[in-house]
Amino acid sequence: MLYREAGDFKTSYRDDSQTFPIRFDRFAYYVLLAVAFLVVPFVINDYWVNAVLMPFLIYAIAALGLNVLTGYAGQVSLGTGGFMAVGAYACYKLMTAFPDVNIFFHVIIAGGITALVGLLFGLPSLRIKGFYLAVATLAAQFFLVWLFNRVPWFYNNSASGQISAPERSVFGIKVTGPETEAWATYLFCLIFVVASAWIVRNLTRGSTGRRWMAIRDMDIAAEIIGVNPLGAKLSAFAVSSFFVGIAGALFFSVYLGAVEVGEAFGIQKSFLVLFMIIIGGLGSIFGSFAGAAFMVLMPVLLKNSLVGGLGWPTDLAAHLEFMIVGGLILFFLIVEPHGLAALWKVAKEKLRLWPFPH
Amino acid sequence: MPEQLLFAMEVTLNGLMAGVLYALVALGFVLIFKASGIFNYAQGVMALFAALTLVGIQDGQVPFSHLINAIFGTDVHHFGWHVPAIFAILLTAAVMVLFAWIVERYVLRHLVNQPGIILFMATIGLAYFMEGFGDMMWGSDIKKLDVGLPQGINFAIDDTTFEWFGYGFFIDNLDISATIVAVILVVALTVFSQYSKQGRALRAVADDHQAALSVGISLRFIWVLVWSIAGFVALVAGIMWGSKSGVQFSLSLIALKALPVLMLGGFTSIPGAIVGGLIIGVGEKLFEFTIGPLVGGATENWFAYVLALIFLVFRPQGLFGEKIIERV
Repeated sequence: MLYREAGDFKTSYRDDSQTFPIRFDRFAYYVLLAVAFLVVPFVINDYWVNAVLMPFLIYAIAALGLNVLTGYAGQVSLGTGGFMAVGAYACYKLMTAFPDVNIFFHVIIAGGITALVGLLFGLPSLRIKGFYLAVATLAAQFFLVWLFNRVPWFYNNSASGQISAPERSVFGIKVTGPETEAWATYLFCLIFVVASAWIVRNLTRGSTGRRWMAIRDMDIAAEIIGVNPLGAKLSAFAVSSFFVGIAGALFFSVYLGAVEVGEAFGIQKSFLVLFMIIIGGLGSIFGSFAGAAFMVLMPVLLKNSLVGGLGWPTDLAAHLEFMIVGGLILFFLIVEPHGLAALWKVAKEKLRLWPFPH
Repeated sequence: MPEQLLFAMEVTLNGLMAGVLYALVALGFVLIFKASGIFNYAQGVMALFAALTLVGIQDGQVPFSHLINAIFGTDVHHFGWHVPAIFAILLTAAVMVLFAWIVERYVLRHLVNQPGIILFMATIGLAYFMEGFGDMMWGSDIKKLDVGLPQGINFAIDDTTFEWFGYGFFIDNLDISATIVAVILVVALTVFSQYSKQGRALRAVADDHQAALSVGISLRFIWVLVWSIAGFVALVAGIMWGSKSGVQFSLSLIALKALPVLMLGGFTSIPGAIVGGLIIGVGEKLFEFTIGPLVGGATENWFAYVLALIFLVFRPQGLFGEKIIERV
């Protein structure tokens, strides 16, 4: 009864091609935004922000970024962890070198620097394809992590080899450092998430996104119909790395506060983000969010129910988590290769016809 | 002879030995890739799983003891017997065959005709599953694997080289036995695929799935067979690496080390896996020896990948790979 498009007439091309063509969806989206900005900051506490909301928001940006590269442009990358590290270290260097500049710009410039590094490691994609490329991006992963571990300039010669975020504020409200309020860090990340999703959505439905999808579907055919593979692939690498870099910068500065590169941005992180977009749905904005939510929530739920509820030891719960993640990936690839996003789509189709499906 | 040169020679020899171990893992990849077009990321975890199972059987551990204890509140961990190495190896091989059958039945069968990259991601999922399963079955503590292979410095080589150059080379006995085993394995695999009926069927499938089907070769049987062989290769690699550095999680990371080996040698070539392994083994040891001290060391983490990356830009199919031809 609720979810209807009857009577919702489209009179222009612009109306027809908007992101949420159904009025109910549009309305739900505005309500969601309003709740996220106006209600959630007043009701959350430290536990929720640190265990669920912040990782979800930050991983959602990373998943959006990787989805541009893998889901839309079809270039599989296993270097996400490395690029997040670039964002984090760029942000750290900027924060310590220019303490007077607003951290907002530091994060964005860190994304820009990551985009340049992404361009560099994207160059081989013009020669190498498929999983040869996936393996080649591992070179970025291992080399970058090694670089940040070994060159003291990147961590300002600190004795521990760690980087830790100095205290910075936006409009007088602290967002990094040890004495932050939960709602402030949450809102700071939320702004980046909403902006990223808006940019990615509009990029992918415009000519840039169509070029990426043509390259994904078959690059030789795309080249013949006039898509420049150099431009399309490199722009996908740059845009993807930009968002991944922003995610890395936020992950370090706002969420963790202090990181050790091998631990925070290792190969496991690359796989984690890749799993998010596989489970969520390749080539889907909603899928990036759904996948991030799923991969963040599942360990929390498992831990609470197994360790808290049944009293299992933590290592056993961790092993079970591995099995479940692996099993789910296999399950999704076999049953629903398009992920949670496809399930959502099917549910919406059903909802439109409910309760009279014929 | 100048000392630096002697050191370099020793490093090269050790690099060759390490390269053989890389090649052992890479071999499993090549076998599966040739027969089914699947790039099997789980190969490293298979080696870990095989090694865990082997140790577990040898020591008479109760499988899933951790889980049983957690659910029923009991305290079981060992059966209290010790199985001789040879029986344990045979039993583990049987487990790997069973595993191959399960993989074919519940995963591969449902993913026929999917693009290569989907299959690759499926094996990543498989790797995660097996990692959790292996740990849950046998526990995640570091275990010692001993199947009676000689270990420690080889004194014969040490003495001879000391007589020749006045400087004794340090070569581990384990590396020598790994080399011998690898050579035997490669010869056996070549003979098997060239002269046996199943081996020919295997090559036919590798050449063209549909044509192989049409002359009456059972694809499913071949897949079980090839995953069993890969499981056996993983067992051998697991024994070698496990005796060297203990059976632990990091064992599964050798799969990542084998990837650049494959890219260098070409995904479809068994000699390529061997040559690639040797090049990477010697290359990273020599690079660490010469350039490593200048840039802060630990270059082994990335050297292989960067070498493979640069190499691929000039020759995308690897040294011995088949030429990639694309059509619209």
